[in-house]
Amino acid sequence: MADIISIAIFVAVIGLTLGITYWAAKQTTTASDFYTAGGSLTGWQNGMAIAGDYLSAASFLGIAGAISLNGFDGFYYSIGWLTAYLVVLFLIAEPLRNLGKFTMADMIGARFGAKKVRGAAALNTITIVLFYMLAQLVGAGALIKLLLGIDYWIAVLIVGVMMTIYVLFGGMTATSWVQIVKAILLMVGTIVISFLVLLKFNFNFIGMFDAMRTATPHGDAFLHSGIIYKDPIGLISVLIALILGTAGLPHILMRFFTVKDAKTARSSVIYAVWIIGIFYVLTIFLGFGAAKFVGVDAIVAENAAGNMAAPMLAGVLGGSALESFVAAVAFATILAVVAGLVLSGASAIAHDIYAEIIKKGKVTEKQQVRAARFAAIAVAVFSIILALGAEKLNVAFLVSLAFCIAASANVPTILFTIYWKKFNTTGAVASMLTGLIVALVLVALSPSVINPVEGAAFFVGQPLFPYSNPAIISVPAGFLAAIIGTLVSSKKFEAEEISYAEVKFKAETGYRELER
Amino acid sequence: MGKSSKKNQVNSGLDYEKIINTPEFKKLVKRKRIFSTPYIIFFFIAYFTLPILTGYTTILENRAIGWMTWTWVYSLSMFVMVWVFTSIYMNKAKSFDIDVEEILKKNVVN
Repeated sequence: MADIISIAIFVAVIGLTLGITYWAAKQTTTASDFYTAGGSLTGWQNGMAIAGDYLSAASFLGIAGAISLNGFDGFYYSIGWLTAYLVVLFLIAEPLRNLGKFTMADMIGARFGAKKVRGAAALNTITIVLFYMLAQLVGAGALIKLLLGIDYWIAVLIVGVMMTIYVLFGGMTATSWVQIVKAILLMVGTIVISFLVLLKFNFNFIGMFDAMRTATPHGDAFLHSGIIYKDPIGLISVLIALILGTAGLPHILMRFFTVKDAKTARSSVIYAVWIIGIFYVLTIFLGFGAAKFVGVDAIVAENAAGNMAAPMLAGVLGGSALESFVAAVAFATILAVVAGLVLSGASAIAHDIYAEIIKKGKVTEKQQVRAARFAAIAVAVFSIILALGAEKLNVAFLVSLAFCIAASANVPTILFTIYWKKFNTTGAVASMLTGLIVALVLVALSPSVINPVEGAAFFVGQPLFPYSNPAIISVPAGFLAAIIGTLVSSKKFEAEEISYAEVKFKAETGYRELER
Repeated sequence: MGKSSKKNQVNSGLDYEKIINTPEFKKLVKRKRIFSTPYIIFFFIAYFTLPILTGYTTILENRAIGWMTWTWVYSLSMFVMVWVFTSIYMNKAKSFDIDVEEILKKNVVN
């Protein structure tokens, strides 16, 4: 498959993004430039960048494959990941923008000054970033290996080096524009494939459903819920993680600091919701089209999880040129997401841990940017090494685990910081750590890690926890820990807390004192 | 962060406790809550009703239009809900912006 067109399109994507980085590097001098593009993005720019940051390989390749193999059950992800933006818009985006500066921890730190609060928030950020990134890098390696016929380790290195270059030199400006370009490529690719699928069905949307009834071995069941999710509790658990997780994903929250005020943050959500929503509707065409015109057997033969369904569908409908283009879109998709993750991980290390906790905020502009660049390299190198060792592991579940940790460990603290007057330092730390630990432990005991089917997970055996996604336990645990921690603790950290009156006023109005 | 905020608080001399108890600020917060709460409750209920209906009943498995089952109709209406709610929020938020500006003008001299 590694023909001239494929290579040319891949080189074009690399060239274009490097050009963006070169241009962005010239405008990146201060810490604010590096972390937030100086807050200079407009609503539509940030909206597209949110879409580019959010729609990962799990959305593009994963959902298309899941629908093609499992019918409606694959579509739950589309519904959950979109509806999640209502939580972001109605509850979080504006107060977050009003209170924070560079990172999610900044926003919580705007109320709780204690180092342990920022430390816990930074720990959660780093954990989420590493899991999310590992899934993307391993997926990228497998994808490029398949598409260009190069070795897995070379493929991981290419993606790893690219993401490092974007962040290291171009900071948030380069990352944002790579994400914007990716969002455009992804939408063009998806719309073209969807159009071709509809063309094949003679533009009969309803007729498409009729045809799907007989197109797969599942028969009618393809059009109903229940092929994968036979247990409703397990399904509800997944859906909890999907709707709440987005509001706690550090790399998505960080995007809200790239605009100048809450009003622009709000309008960027609107743009993002339209782009992301249209994309997720189109996943129906990708999934149905792949099942009908590529065929389940062919999809599974290429990749058991169905990850190659979308590129294969492009090949069947539009020939090798379209397949190469779609493969390049998938490549750009992964690059844009991992760049956002590197930046978010680097900001937790350099800004939260180094500048705020270790140096107590007493760092020069130059030191901050230097620290951020070192941290970006550290995050990138560490995750590349992990990914190189993880080729044979089934890491797809890491994305939903990242959503679960975000929902359990970050969301309760974020919500209570904004909306609960009594909430305190102990409650925040208790919630962040409980959410994280409960989610991790339950996943370690779940069928994602211990599975009776050989080869399905790390260990063979009977799982001790029945649900692959533990959100139904870990999210309430995070909320409960926040409440119990707050109610049982003394007021010994009060000296380091900002009064709720101030937090509330700032969250609602966007008022800020003049910066130091 | 904590220290610098406190220092600045002295500089700007804002009495936050007093401001958040002014009628105009209380009214803003109340208006926002009254507006948002029903939407938030609605979308959470609508969202979690889907797995309950698909998991515990078969009513969504009936055909709605051709072989497009009610499962799909319900799901696609979730998309419509998201778009409609974001648009409503966008419009409503403009009126809050005006209130915020007035509160800042009245209470903060900067």
